[in-house]
Amino acid sequence: MSLNTKIDTETIERISGVNTRKCMKCGKCSATCPAFHEMDFHPHQFVAMVEKGDIEPLMKSKSIWNCLTCFACVQRCPRDVEPAKLVEAIRQAVIRQAGENHLKAEQIPEMLDSELPQQAIVSAFRKYKK
Amino acid sequence: MKYSYYPGCTLKTKAKELSDYAVAAAKVLGVELEEIKDWQCCGGVYSTSKDEIASKLSSVRALAQARDEGHDLMTLCSACHNVIKRVNEDMRGDENFRTKANNYMAPDMEYHGEANVVHYLEMLRDVVGFDEIKKKVVNPLTGRKIGAYYGCLLLRPGKVMEFDDPENPQILEDFIRAIGATPVLFEQRNECCGGYMTLNDKELAQKRSTAVVDSAVRNEADCLITACPLCRYNLEVNSETKLPVIYFTELLAEALGIKEVK
Repeated sequence: MSLNTKIDTETIERISGVNTRKCMKCGKCSATCPAFHEMDFHPHQFVAMVEKGDIEPLMKSKSIWNCLTCFACVQRCPRDVEPAKLVEAIRQAVIRQAGENHLKAEQIPEMLDSELPQQAIVSAFRKYKK
Repeated sequence: MKYSYYPGCTLKTKAKELSDYAVAAAKVLGVELEEIKDWQCCGGVYSTSKDEIASKLSSVRALAQARDEGHDLMTLCSACHNVIKRVNEDMRGDENFRTKANNYMAPDMEYHGEANVVHYLEMLRDVVGFDEIKKKVVNPLTGRKIGAYYGCLLLRPGKVMEFDDPENPQILEDFIRAIGATPVLFEQRNECCGGYMTLNDKELAQKRSTAVVDSAVRNEADCLITACPLCRYNLEVNSETKLPVIYFTELLAEALGIKEVK
């Protein structure tokens, strides 16, 4: 099965609880993002593109997997738009579909080292797997 | 003073010392931590999605149990604290989530966010008090220059966590002073260590953790303290710059003179 990308602004706003129209385009979210350089679309672009309904590129982006969920953009957004909630909603819209898990249990053994805390594995599963 | 204590998955295994020192030190300070029965993993990260219900129910069960026992729920791991406190906030303020969670679980008594979630550090500050801790220190860590690494999860989002000033916190620095050491401020103390990214993009995790440790080294810290096992892992294992990283409870136990009897 292939990824269904027919997801509209309303759906992402409903899942995330974000009102993209509150954004005043100051760019602080992307400026403060510690994963900025590892993203193909940046936090402020998530807000603008979701507002326009241009959601397919975001669903196929590297950014949805590289967001650290550090809540820096949530904390520092002066308009309480909170872009990380959009990244989360779009990632959910992907992994909730059949066959779209980003991390599989079979991949874990080769990633383990003796120090890795269980917390890392459960957190990664929460983010990357349904 | 007694709390219902939620240790979480990693504090029973890889980060056992974080918990063991905390329980032993609490005893010295007149605080009892009673582990809740049959607790389940919090999941490590809180999903901000409004329609994500099932993954938050383990937190609701822990919260309801604390309520039933008549205590506040104490957390120690930063991730557990973030997840459980935010789920509690949803149970208080999000009617749709509360209704669905209660319908799912069909508990004897519905849960509506009655319990309070208290982090161990908040207990030290607000219940015991750092002045009181200072009086109980038998082995002050004089001369140690310690960088307090807050990371993300204790502080953000500030309007829910209400832990400290999210951009300029001081609770850990006050803690460091109470145990007789000198706090070292560094720019990256509340920026991300890389978190779970160690399993998705190792290079990004290395970059983040190295930035944090470099910032502490530049400001001449001898070591870093943290309340989070995953932060500790990233800062120790993934950082290219090396600096000892210690759980804050270990230093508390050392200062209280009970480190060897944990």
